Amino acid sequence: MYEHDVIVVGAGGAGLRAAIAAHEEGADVALVSKLHPVRSHTGAAEGGINAALRDGDDWTDHAYDTMKGSDYLGDAPAIETLCETSPEEVIQLEHWGMPFSREDDGRVSQRPFGGLSFPRTTYAGAETGHHLLHTMYEQVVKRGIKVYDEFYVMDLAVTDEPDPEDRECHGCVAYDIKSGDVVGFEATNGVVLATGGDGQAFDHTTNAVANTGDGPAMAYRAGAPVEDMEFVQFHPTTLPSTGVLISEGVRGEGGILYNAEGERFMFEGGYANNAGELASRDVVSRAELTEVNEGRGVEDEYVYLDMRHLGEERITDRLENILHLAEDFEGVDGLTEPMPVKPGQHYHMGGIETNEHGETCVSGLYAAGECACVSVHGSNRLGGNALPELIVFGARAGYHAAGRDYGEALVETGPSVAIEHEDDLGAPVEPGALGPADEDVAADGGEAAPDGGELLNPSATVERTAERCRQRVEELKSREGRNHAEIRQKLQKAMTRWVNVFREEEGLKKALEVIKECREEYRNVAVSDPSSTYNTDLIHTIETRNLIDVAETMTLSALARNEFRGAHWRKEHQKRKDDEWLKHTMVQWSDGSPEIYYTDVILEGAEKAYEPKVRSY
Amino acid sequence: MSTQVTEQETETEEQSSHQRRRLEEKAERAASRDRMRERAENDLDEADTTFTLKVFRYDPEIPEKEEPRFDTFEVPFTKGMTVLDSLMYARDHYDSSLTFRHSCRQAVCGSDALFVNGTQHLGCKTQVVDLGDDGGVPGEIRVEPLPHQEVVKDLVVDMEHFYDQMEAVEPYFDADELPDGMEEQRQTRENREKIKMSSRCIWCGACMSSCNVAAGNNEYLGPAAINKAYKFAMDEREGENRKQERLEIIEQEHGVWRCQTQFSCTEVCPKDIPLTEHIQELKREAVKNNLKFW
Repeated sequence: MYEHDVIVVGAGGAGLRAAIAAHEEGADVALVSKLHPVRSHTGAAEGGINAALRDGDDWTDHAYDTMKGSDYLGDAPAIETLCETSPEEVIQLEHWGMPFSREDDGRVSQRPFGGLSFPRTTYAGAETGHHLLHTMYEQVVKRGIKVYDEFYVMDLAVTDEPDPEDRECHGCVAYDIKSGDVVGFEATNGVVLATGGDGQAFDHTTNAVANTGDGPAMAYRAGAPVEDMEFVQFHPTTLPSTGVLISEGVRGEGGILYNAEGERFMFEGGYANNAGELASRDVVSRAELTEVNEGRGVEDEYVYLDMRHLGEERITDRLENILHLAEDFEGVDGLTEPMPVKPGQHYHMGGIETNEHGETCVSGLYAAGECACVSVHGSNRLGGNALPELIVFGARAGYHAAGRDYGEALVETGPSVAIEHEDDLGAPVEPGALGPADEDVAADGGEAAPDGGELLNPSATVERTAERCRQRVEELKSREGRNHAEIRQKLQKAMTRWVNVFREEEGLKKALEVIKECREEYRNVAVSDPSSTYNTDLIHTIETRNLIDVAETMTLSALARNEFRGAHWRKEHQKRKDDEWLKHTMVQWSDGSPEIYYTDVILEGAEKAYEPKVRSY
Repeated sequence: MSTQVTEQETETEEQSSHQRRRLEEKAERAASRDRMRERAENDLDEADTTFTLKVFRYDPEIPEKEEPRFDTFEVPFTKGMTVLDSLMYARDHYDSSLTFRHSCRQAVCGSDALFVNGTQHLGCKTQVVDLGDDGGVPGEIRVEPLPHQEVVKDLVVDMEHFYDQMEAVEPYFDADELPDGMEEQRQTRENREKIKMSSRCIWCGACMSSCNVAAGNNEYLGPAAINKAYKFAMDEREGENRKQERLEIIEQEHGVWRCQTQFSCTEVCPKDIPLTEHIQELKREAVKNNLKFW
């Protein structure tokens, strides 16, 4: 068993920043990741980092834009923390040598992005995430921080009290991909989950193959609630054949969207008369699909994004990477042809419920980055707000886990802050665990003492979890059964068909039925590769279970929310209903059964209250 | 006595229920495999074109894979298909133990550098049609692990040596002096442009694998690490003292002077980084630097 003060799970932007912070605070910290850090999907982020750095801009304007973008479902203390801290974090990156694009006076460049009242998106070409990831990994190397790469964290070691708010996380258990050993990691101070997205729940996504929602699924099964899971961002400009992302930077620099009839539909169709192509992502994605559904799509599937008029010099200077992506993955020359684009799953606003220090309601368990929901994005994330979230909240989680005192948090967590419970969802099937056969991974909370009596000490809690994980690996490898890929594809198709940009009650119910079928089929899942050397069959099989759990929470939450807000569009409910729905949706795994409840949105900021207004662009 | 009998009966019952369960599992497995194969057969029937994927296989632990061998998979071609897509197809339809690293699918994570038809390529950005004659679908594609690296299993190689070499050049920004507080370091557009290409490296290891010098000399820093050093040495923000230290590192016995300017690294780099030029430029810098102290 390994032991460290702080264990960070995942080594993308949030994880690396958390590890550096914990190290600076004097903790012995280790990164545990299923990928080598530089393989993390933060590297695929293109656009930039929003930060109020310049004269004429102010972090309070950034906060206002973010709250409006969230469609008034972000929590003001979290949003204000994000916007106030982002500038110093960006300067920190600059001091760590991040190669930002530069202005003539040598200062870092900023550009306009959708939904922003000031051009405050700080960027490094169209490869901002790549540079952010590598710059921070370099700093991890400089500090000699221990990295366990290609270690797949299978489960959290959490105590077993009935109320999740009484539970404690003492570490986690990982599968060493190269050797096949299952090893315990004891964390004396805390575990920070920074596992990124869960886009593999869908079949058309900009997310990496590794983005399988491991963090949210593990935290959820340990009793920490997941928040606002219905809010999934579909990016309006992804390449149709692969889901590869074409940055919003293209529209920020002046790129134009056309339908098959050559109309600039964002204006001509009246979708966003002021902002046009630079309206918020949810607005543009719906506009594109409406055009396609009404017969004005190209090949009934996509629309065109045209940047030819920007000229070769500007494109090569600021968007060169886009030319490579369009050429390599779609065979299109962006200098001479318009690029085909359509909406694709891109980002999950929802995630593990945390406060602004990164803490979940389970003591010693933290989350930061895309896997978390603090919540700054509410029902829709603005472009350029994901990267600042990684560095701001990654740092805070790392510092706090290592012992820094931030005082009392303003955002409260855990089931005790519920304002009401959902008892009439009308789900067509009983969601959640299928019973004892599911229990190998469905431990509610975690480990009790063998006699059910006194609690185990931290090391014993980790060791028992490790033992359970070893048994699970053995069982998956020794039995015969169904291949996980079949189940995963079925789940992805159902999610893309019914829990996509446009959602209807019937479809959501069908999705729940298919998810239940997937659970039943997963009971008979087996790994056919018997090897303990680099067994990706085993890893993917465990991931698929995580995808089933997160997909179910997304669909349950989507069915619960009877309104249209931000990225969540409901056919039967075409209005934002502030009287009823200014609240967060929570799903909590309770004895294998998902319980849905709601908590208040905090619209009171430090100095002012944010009044919900009509969101138009 | 009676107690004993009951126990035996229970045991037998348990055994037979266990056996039943095993049989069910076996049937489930067979059915699952059949369904995937059937889907592949349908795909093959419907596809206008198919090709043969010939893949290197090796697993030190599995008796029938201890001796390296090639397996072939028939893959239906779809428009825009990449080498990585075809590997995933084979894995998900024919053999779930087929092992390779991959993640982002868009040439930024650097996981899937492979030896495709005898050259280093990133699987995800290599179109199947680019391997055929005149943009056609080739009859066969041969995929092997990167040469000159130890094979862990199938297409997965041990990257530890590559990572060690990267770390040997002190690969982190380390300015002589930093401005206070919220003040940013200034950098000219020209200087940013100068380090731009070097900063694109995704650590895929294709260059190192293609380099004859690195293959024969395990201590040679190699093109990726030297390029990393270039990125910092040429960055005007770091300052002269640090640059001096950096030149000393790359000038050591197994540094830049080992490069024989064969350009193989530059040819295979999936991010088009002019690696050989960067190495040459550092050689010139080192010479200038030595003259300065002479």
